[in-house]
Amino acid sequence: MSGKGNEGPAIAIRGLTKYYGGQKVVDQLHLEIPRGCIFGFLGRNGAGKTTTIRMLMGIVEPTRGTAEVLGHDCTRWTPELRERVGYLAEGHHVYGWMSVAECGRFQAGFYRRWNWDIFHAVIGHFNLKEKQRAGGLSRGQRAGLCLALTLAPEPELLVLDDPALGLDPVARRSLLEAMLYVTRQDDRTILFSSHLLSDVERVADRIAVMDRGVLRAYCTIDDFRARVRQFILRFKERPPAPPELPGLVHSFRTDREMALTIVNASDADRAVMSGLRPEAIEEVDLGLEEAFVSYVGERGEKSFFLHDLGGKK
Amino acid sequence: MPLHLAITPGGDTPIYRQIADGVRRAILAGKVAPGDPLPSVRALAEELVVNPNTVMRAFADLAREGLVDAQAGRGFFIAERRQPYSRAERERRLRAAVETFVNAIAFLDFKPAEVLSPLRERLEEAEAQQTPGKKDAS
Repeated sequence: MSGKGNEGPAIAIRGLTKYYGGQKVVDQLHLEIPRGCIFGFLGRNGAGKTTTIRMLMGIVEPTRGTAEVLGHDCTRWTPELRERVGYLAEGHHVYGWMSVAECGRFQAGFYRRWNWDIFHAVIGHFNLKEKQRAGGLSRGQRAGLCLALTLAPEPELLVLDDPALGLDPVARRSLLEAMLYVTRQDDRTILFSSHLLSDVERVADRIAVMDRGVLRAYCTIDDFRARVRQFILRFKERPPAPPELPGLVHSFRTDREMALTIVNASDADRAVMSGLRPEAIEEVDLGLEEAFVSYVGERGEKSFFLHDLGGKK
Repeated sequence: MPLHLAITPGGDTPIYRQIADGVRRAILAGKVAPGDPLPSVRALAEELVVNPNTVMRAFADLAREGLVDAQAGRGFFIAERRQPYSRAERERRLRAAVETFVNAIAFLDFKPAEVLSPLRERLEEAEAQQTPGKKDAS
């Protein structure tokens, strides 16, 4: 089955839950990743991103819930499905005793379709030589080799678990270029997790934010930034205590100012702020990183959702 | 290509707005003239290493403002100068921009007269650049 005729999302996750012992690592995750998009998966370390990805890849068994990858149940992977999905595991693992060329020949043996042009283009992009021993490569070069091995079978769906981890800025740029190159074809989908929000801002169409096993946002980057906003209230005297607002994730006071970071600020919230009788209220755009840190930082204890399931067009 | 755009991800300004601002600046500085093509969405996305949808959004915003024209199948071109906004809307935007400017200089302790002279100079410089026939080849 070529999958070209496949409709529906690239990945559909319904109520996916995972316990390790008594600890809930992923909690009731619902998520749909449309075909043809570059999807950024964000969250702090330990948020449950890798466990989610490993469940999707059929490596970890879900405790509850289901997920479909290209329309197939994620607990029943077939060799045909493996051919259509490229998975780059966290950490850029390679067989150190093989040369770059040997790694390619070894991996190619598992696939019916293997595009050597792509393999060579990617290793060239990362300045790798075929005779180099994989064990002697730098982190960035290893990432390049792993990426070449993942891209050569021309997968419809790429799942990259923290591909930029440990890469220098030049290697990171090469990685982003490769990701954009892959999605030139409209039906190619990428799911990648990352902590580098400026990279995510460059390439991602949509993001999901996980925090302590729970999905806390699922929207476009612009939506996220538009909905996590900061308000600077200026006072003649010392500002009062921050108001109790449902969407307040972060507050900060100085002598004359109070900065409130609010999610989904409503007219009611604005009325409460005006009610504090500040001299002026200024609404500030936050960068993606600022918005993210406010949103999942320690003060963001309250759980609410930036949920926008209208993701599918 | 006379149009040189640069972006800085991770800032307070979304990337699509940085791209649109870059095109606006190029038009104001006379680096591009009506009829000049914008780079293709795909090519600019690859050059800047950003998602093509981000570039598309910037171009769509510019088209909505009447600064560029979309020609089906051919791409985007710098439009003839025209004013898409009503008098009231232009005044509203002017007041918003003045507010931002005044906030930015509020604590620099300049008297209004001291602010006006560099402002007038800069405005006259911008006007001179906008005059047709002054297109800079460099």
